[in-house]
Amino acid sequence: MIDTLRRLRGNNNEGVLVAVILVLVILMSIASPAFLTAGTFFGLVRSSLVPLIFALGVLLVMISGGIDVSFPAIAIFAAYTTVSWSQDASFDPGLVGIFTLAVLIGALWGLLNGVVIARFRLPTLIVTLGTQGIIKGVLLTYVGSAYISASRLPESVSEVSNFYLLDVPGVGFLHGMLMPVVLVVAVIWWMLKYTMFGRSIFAIGGDVEAARRVGIKVVRTQVLLYILVGALAAFGGVVSVILGKNANPQSLIGMELDIIAAVVLGGASIFGGRGSVFGTVLGVLLVQLINNNLVLIGIPSTWQRAAVGILLIVGVSVQALSAMRLPKRAILFDDEGPKK
Amino acid sequence: MNDARSVLEVRNIVKGYAGVRALNEVNLTLTSGEIHCLAGENGSGKSTLIKIMSGVERPDSGSIEIDGQSLAYTTPSGAIRSGIQVIYQDFSLFPNLTVAENIGMLTELANRRKISSRRRIRHAAESIVTDLGLNLDLDAVVERLSVADRQLIAICRALVGEAKVLIMDEPTTALTHSEVTRLFTIVRRLQERGVAIMFVSHKLDEVLEISQHVTVLRNGEVVSNGPASSYSSAAIATAMTGREVSAERLVEEIPSDREAIMVVEGLTRQGAFIDVDFSLRKGEILGITGLLGSGRTEIAEALFGVNAADSGTVAIGGVISRINSVTDAVKAGIGYVPEDRLTQGLFLEKSIADNMVASSIDSYSNRIRLLDQILIRESMSNLFERLRIKAPNAQAAVKSLSGGNAQRVVIAKWLDRNPAVLILNGPTVGVDIGSKEEIFAILREQARKGMGIIVISDDIPELVSSCHRVLIVSSGRIAAELADDDITVAGIQERMTA
Repeated sequence: MIDTLRRLRGNNNEGVLVAVILVLVILMSIASPAFLTAGTFFGLVRSSLVPLIFALGVLLVMISGGIDVSFPAIAIFAAYTTVSWSQDASFDPGLVGIFTLAVLIGALWGLLNGVVIARFRLPTLIVTLGTQGIIKGVLLTYVGSAYISASRLPESVSEVSNFYLLDVPGVGFLHGMLMPVVLVVAVIWWMLKYTMFGRSIFAIGGDVEAARRVGIKVVRTQVLLYILVGALAAFGGVVSVILGKNANPQSLIGMELDIIAAVVLGGASIFGGRGSVFGTVLGVLLVQLINNNLVLIGIPSTWQRAAVGILLIVGVSVQALSAMRLPKRAILFDDEGPKK
Repeated sequence: MNDARSVLEVRNIVKGYAGVRALNEVNLTLTSGEIHCLAGENGSGKSTLIKIMSGVERPDSGSIEIDGQSLAYTTPSGAIRSGIQVIYQDFSLFPNLTVAENIGMLTELANRRKISSRRRIRHAAESIVTDLGLNLDLDAVVERLSVADRQLIAICRALVGEAKVLIMDEPTTALTHSEVTRLFTIVRRLQERGVAIMFVSHKLDEVLEISQHVTVLRNGEVVSNGPASSYSSAAIATAMTGREVSAERLVEEIPSDREAIMVVEGLTRQGAFIDVDFSLRKGEILGITGLLGSGRTEIAEALFGVNAADSGTVAIGGVISRINSVTDAVKAGIGYVPEDRLTQGLFLEKSIADNMVASSIDSYSNRIRLLDQILIRESMSNLFERLRIKAPNAQAAVKSLSGGNAQRVVIAKWLDRNPAVLILNGPTVGVDIGSKEEIFAILREQARKGMGIIVISDDIPELVSSCHRVLIVSSGRIAAELADDDITVAGIQERMTA
């Protein structure tokens, strides 16, 4: 019985999260009959797509023991630069071309993050906070600050903006971008679980020194990780341009709170070494559910940010409490006396 | 072991850090099926040598050959591939991963795999665990396991990859006595299989019990080596420290008018110690010793309120005090220098001065609850001089100090409070021999002034040289009490193992 419960709870409290989401859905349905419709569901999926991609990036960094706040800047830089270049050159490289170019740009910024963090062993929060500023500055100074509206987006982008998997008249639609996002989620899940790269990220997050000692190439793994995370951010940036049907260099900024809250709620440990793709998906859904529908249960929308902030702190407290319940760590002696 | 042959040759290894020679022309030969002990004090270069052998650090010059092949400039995975495995003091496991993955990851990396196969990892882990006849839950997450289990995992991990050479860095530090016995059984089994084992330790009795060959490092040089049978514990100690370690008693008579300052009666904590009775007089230095896991540390922690006792009384200066927390103990006039001073006794990042006033901060606050900096400065310079701490100034961070000096800061922290009773747990662990003697000189001086001092230690010679009485703890009980001329190294050892 207890074992079954424990299994349902999941390694990273995924089960608890499912329960919380269900309770919230039931509460909202009772509070408002308008809630439990296909339209709400489609809307939830649509608004979760971009956060989900960003959350995967944050998840990877968090598992490795760091935290990344530069992803919104990388995302909009990559997407905006690509779109505005295509506009300036009056050349549409096609959807694949747009994605490829943006992902390359994102990967380059990721490389910068990775090299600085891994090579000089600097705190990730500070480094990514710094690069975030740099990226924004470069974007506004050298690339442009003008809003690019739907009519001026490349043909291929505006075309896919209106591609729906499912269009129920009078109810809503399921956006076509769901497919590539699901694919990316699946790839990241597989990578974390079954590749040495993925396992090395977990190992580094567990204990960097131990990772070095068993022969994991820590610097190389970290640099690759940040390149991947930069690429993911850029991918998310392009998806957001497609969904929003515009490219605005000021958008996406400030998304860090929602995303980091979602990942932490999804069971990823802020101390590193722990986290799952499934949990992250649930965390994103929960945060979006709250963002979209808090109004339905009579809470003013101005409280959204506060609600997400509270969720983040609840998520972290749950982690801290369960960490306290673990047996005390072994007492260690450093043979060479105090250093570090 | 009739085909004993040399497996690993360390030749003329030199390694310097920032101009200081950590290793100087070190030579060492490991033979298959032989347990080779590397002994040395802290800072003698043991750790550096291990780092070089395991490929974590590169030597400045010299070479390491395994089965005749040189691997002077290698990486950790390179060393692992050629069959060198290290079990680190802290085990270096991944707390967030399962037992199976901890054991299996190393070979996956060494084989340069890109895709990690759970089945392959599980299979490898399973076979080594059954092979060694251990009982480990392969799916358990390591952070939930005990220290002893973690060590077994570290051993399993080291052995999956056909280790030719196994280096064990201070493997017994965190283990209880029975766990050490079990470890030794496994080590002997490995020896029979022809693994060359390097056992790094500074616990002399362990060294002599398990090894066939001894190499002693001092200040980065091999000062002595030969078959273990030709060494006595004293001979190794002499080689490690470079001088005769005297067990000469330097105890002063306690004036007869000194009354008891601390009386402990019937102190008991379930599963740790039972019915501990003793008294301590003013000016007395009382030694408490026993094997690891005998309960000696637990008794000290109960007296200081870290882990309170279930029942029994402690009276300080005739007043019975309930000690349930550290605050209670400090109020009652007890000071405690913990075993692991680095994590329990000091704020490493803070300055020496901040550390010294930390436990008596109240006495420095003035009328409006601000700290009186002038008063602090005065008592600082006073303590600095009294304890002869070697540091540029009182503002230096404690982490920059050597073991001996850091220990003096912890002691200073308590002397500043002037407790009635000072309890020191392992005061000279990780402290060089010179500082050791000075620390005891300080303690003797405090005793002379009337402080009651309890020293918990497994360094028997130091107990013999300084204690008025020695209590021997065994299985949570005080098994014997020695006083005056009965306190000898042999006498204590005999009763410890009895």
